[in-house]
Order: sequence, then structure tokens, then C-alpha cells
Amino acid sequence: MRKYTPKDNVQGKSYYTDRFWVAPRVPRHEVEEGSHFADVVKALGRKAKESYVEIGQLVVHIKASENFNVLKTLKESCGYTQCSEQSAVDYLAKDGEFELFYQLLNISEAKRVRVVCRIKKGEAIESVVPLFKSANFAEREIFDMFGIKVNNHPFLKRILMPDDWEGHPLLKTYPMIGDEFASWYEVDKIFGKEYRDVIGPENRDPARIDRYDTKRFSRVGYEVPFGADISEGEKENPIEYSETVLVDYTKSSKQLDERR
Amino acid sequence: MQQVNKLTPFFENLNFERDDNTMVINFGPQHPSAHGQLRLVLELDGEQVVKAYPDIGYLHRGIEKMAENMTYNEFLPTTDRLDYIASTSNNYAYALAVEKLLGIEAPRRAQVIRTMLLELNRIISHLFFIATHALDVGAMSVFLYAFREREFAMDLMEDYCGARLTHSSVRIGGVPLDLPAGWVEKLASFCAKVNHEVEHTYEALLTENRIWKMRLENVGVISAEDALSWGCTGPMLRGSGVKYDIRKEEPYELYSELDFDIPVSDRCDSYGRYRLYMEEMRQSVRILEQLIPMYAKTEPQLMAHAPQYISAPKEEIMTQNYALMQHFVLVTQGMRPPKGEVYVPTESPKGELGFYIKSEGEPYAYRLKCRAPSFFHTGLLQEILVGTYIADVVTIIGTTNIVFGEVDR
Repeated sequence: MRKYTPKDNVQGKSYYTDRFWVAPRVPRHEVEEGSHFADVVKALGRKAKESYVEIGQLVVHIKASENFNVLKTLKESCGYTQCSEQSAVDYLAKDGEFELFYQLLNISEAKRVRVVCRIKKGEAIESVVPLFKSANFAEREIFDMFGIKVNNHPFLKRILMPDDWEGHPLLKTYPMIGDEFASWYEVDKIFGKEYRDVIGPENRDPARIDRYDTKRFSRVGYEVPFGADISEGEKENPIEYSETVLVDYTKSSKQLDERR
Repeated sequence: MQQVNKLTPFFENLNFERDDNTMVINFGPQHPSAHGQLRLVLELDGEQVVKAYPDIGYLHRGIEKMAENMTYNEFLPTTDRLDYIASTSNNYAYALAVEKLLGIEAPRRAQVIRTMLLELNRIISHLFFIATHALDVGAMSVFLYAFREREFAMDLMEDYCGARLTHSSVRIGGVPLDLPAGWVEKLASFCAKVNHEVEHTYEALLTENRIWKMRLENVGVISAEDALSWGCTGPMLRGSGVKYDIRKEEPYELYSELDFDIPVSDRCDSYGRYRLYMEEMRQSVRILEQLIPMYAKTEPQLMAHAPQYISAPKEEIMTQNYALMQHFVLVTQGMRPPKGEVYVPTESPKGELGFYIKSEGEPYAYRLKCRAPSFFHTGLLQEILVGTYIADVVTIIGTTNIVFGEVDR
């Protein structure tokens, strides 16, 4: 029977998993009373659904619809003036949701907060460009890589992939080597879709190596006539080196004379 | 309106001299001072930039996607290809993020070697910056002098790890090799040389140079507020008067034990940032000089002892059965870090280089996000280029010190 491979997550997987293995979890600590993070959680009030400290940074889970207000509170009353990073994690296969995170930095306290929220597939998120201009590029990247729409973004357009690309590369359903569209992208664009049959998969990739092709590839160690069909096996054709005559000129003048 | 098809392509400047007298030009993607594959669409009114649109993605290789399909150790050499001017800083940032996730710490000697390599990479990167920046602005000889010293530094890197650009000189849990014999002495003489050259060559050629000052002063001015909002880090942030260096504020490795200063400039322009880079090279030399005596005092252990995640030393693998079994599992299956997420910032030569790793307890990272400083510095271009003259565009791109391996990933 063919091995079952899930279609909703085509990323690399371990070929062997111990079924009794339970992965441990990185410890999540309670927010300590009186610490800087406790003030942050207090300032957020009921907007913080869940908060804990993981590896030295505060993680706050919020509702996706409140992302702008939460970041505004953090910026204006907690001193988180820089948004270092924001991106998404694809949990569509497991929960049908995306997880978005905003990584914020407080310069004066040297503290970092990660604001995490979840949105359903097809839902949009509010842009935070009015608060942090760095979100301009970061949100475009989220849109490009995951297809998550961002409301009120000044210029929501693909950033890393070409404008006419189909599919969103960081989704778990997108294969590592690219899909059908990706493999024909150049051909479709330069010659048109109808030329797919004319060109064929063997000419699509300029780096493709065909071991039976004797027109464009030579063989190391033996020669094959140009264009010969070698798919049924090759004829033995050992290389014959020209024989080099070694003459010891120091030995005698007689040899030299003979050569002259 | 133009009818665009295969025979009549879109002409950008059809309305030039007729409508509002603006001209659209493409700066790049193949332009020597675009520092890689940057396409910058500039709308010009005369020589003044009205609108700038940085178009990136010409070097996109999907490194984050590759990270999801590779085991943690497999991915490490790929990080070389992010900021290819200073590869060790990428290797290190990634290794540190995974180590934080695993909860292990590299042994003391590995820490000394890593800090040495990081600072050496900072010098290499800054020398590259000053060379290319000066060349862009028009000072050819600085380029030759800076590349001479950079060559010495790359020779040191080659002596250590065998590679000049793609180092992969750091491993998760330590370093693979000890320093070769005589390396520390070479490093000491290199330090003395860099200190001398910074003062007597680069600064002597540039700092009071009239043309250099005219080209850099009051060009690319970024206020502190804008720098924070645009996510600027590293010299771009400190050049705007915000004193924030991750080595000092959130120390990692040995930086808490080392004595060094953080240069800050409140000029907010390219000239201030140039002075910062020069001063940072001096501080790196200072750090290296402190590290040299520290190295001799360390134990010879190079990799952390964590049998669940990290292979034992070669000698143990060849002599002890259990170490061999662990090694076999780690090589064929890869390590399985605990479930959890981590974001670890480090101060790379360009700014804050951070890795966000989401682990689901599998040998493959569920999500890896590389926070590259150059990506955000490229975003900044669309604002600071507006209103400048076209001759200053090159200066501003040079001063942001962007590397496209990192921008496009």
C-alpha cells in the first residue's frame, strides 16, 4: 500500500518517529509581581488573554481584532517604540488558523514583548503602519508569503515574489520545489502557455541534466558519437592515449644524430 | 492611456516633458552602487527625487522555506548566504537561537573563539562598508586600502575555518575547531595594523576631506523617531543619537565581561554614520585585544555536553558505543528541540539580526523567521530618498549598508 502523505502539510518530515516520544516544552514562567512585564500586562488589562514569560521575553496573546489598540497601548504607555519584526506561522493544517506575532522592543528598559494573535483563514488583519513604519515592508511580506490581507495598508503588494505570481510560498501546502505554476513560470511569461508542449519539461530547466542526451553532454572516460541513442546501453569505447617517445638526450650524441 | 501588448510595451516616460515634467528611472537591479540586486524606481523632477520605490526580491531564494525542510544542523551552512559579507554573524545568530531553545550554553573556549570571530567579522564588514561607500561616492584609493586590510582579515578567517566568505565557522553548541597554532599572534598583529590603518589611512583620507564632507554632510538625515519607527538598528540607529547596542544592553556571549564603548552620533546624517563605523572598528580591535589573553586561560573543551542534542567529540564516538549510537541518531534524524518559540536578537555588523524559531518538537523547525536589519533599512529608503538629489541617492544607499542576501533571503 502506498504510504499516506498528508496534503495539507507537504514540508519535510522525519522519516522515523518514536511513537512513545513526547516532546518536552520550553518552560513558560508566570509574570513576576512588581517586574516591568507585570506593568505591561496590567496596562493591557483585559486585552491580554494569556501572558507568560518564555526564554526571557514576555508573550502576550490577544484577540486579532484588537491588534492595533494593543500595540498603541504598548507604544504610548509602556515605551515599546520599535517593532523589530512581525510575521505569521501557518497552522492551517492543525487548527485552520494563522498565528501572527509582533516582536516589540523597549529601548530604555531593554525588554522585548511578543504579541501573538490568531486569525482564521481568509480573515484580514488591521495594519499597524500608522504606529510603526517598519510594518510597511513586514506586512507586505506577510501578504506575499502567506496571502494574509492587511486592511488599510498604504501599498499592499507582493514584495519578494514577482507581482504576477500565483500561490504563497510559505504556506505549508506549498511544496519546497515549487508547484506547477512555478515550474512553468518563465516559459508562460516569455512564450505563452501554449508553448508548454513545444518546449516540454526537458527544456524547461536550463540546468537540467539528461544522462542519455548525447547532443549536449559529453561523457567522461569514453566518447559517444554526436546524437547517438545510448538509452539501451553504451558501446565500450576506451580512450587511447598517443604514445610519448621519451628520449634521454644526455645519454649519447648518437641518438641525437639519429633523430636529426 | 497606453495599450500594452507584446509589440508595444509600456513606456514609462511617454509623458515626460508634456504632463508634469517628471521622469521615471530605474536604478538597478544591475547597478554597481546598488550593493546587489536592488531595483529602485525613482520619479524625478529635474534632478530631485519626488518618489522612490525600492523593489526587492531579485535574490529571493526562499531561505525561510528551506529552513522548514532541513534539520537544524543542516540549515546552518545556509545561513552563510544571508549576509555574505560577514557570514559568521549569521551562523552565530542562528546557533544562539537554537541553543536558547535547547537551553544549553557553549563552553568557555568556544565562547572566546566565537566572540573573536564575531568581532573579526565586524571588522571585515566595516572595511567592506568603507571601501564600497567611498568608491560609490568617488574616492577610489580608499577602496584599495580597505580591501588590502580586509584581505588580511579574510586570510585569518581562512586559516581558522578554510573558507573566506561562507565560513560556517560556528556550530550549534560550540565551535568545530580550536584555533590553529600561531593564529592568536597573527590576530594580535592584525589588530595593531587595523588600528594604525583606521587612523592613518581611512580617517586621514576621508574625515577632513572636503569632497567627502560635502557629499556626506546633511545627506540622508534620519531623526531618532523615524529611525525607531522604521525599525532601524545598529549604526543606523546609533547614527541618529539613540544609544542602543544589543551587545551592551542585552549581552550575549562574553560581551558582559568585556570593556568597550558604544559610539553614538547625534548628527543623524551619513557623515555621522561614517564616523561611527570608524569608531566601531577601533572598539572591535579593543575587544579582540582583551580576548587574546582570555583564550589562553580556557579549558580545551569546544562543544557543549548535551548528548540528547549534540554529538560527542570524535574521540568518544570512535571509542564508545553509546556515543556512536547518539551520533548516528543525530546525523540521520537530526536533533529534536523541545516545543516552544524563541526570538534571539544579536548585534550583527549591520544591525539587529534576530532569529525567530518556532519548534513543534520535530527535527525540522516549524517556522523560522530571520529578522534581517537590511530588510528594514531598505524599507526606509522610500522615505529618506524623497526630496534628495539623484547624486545623493548613491550616498544614501551606501550609508544604509544593505546586503541583498539578507534583504531577500
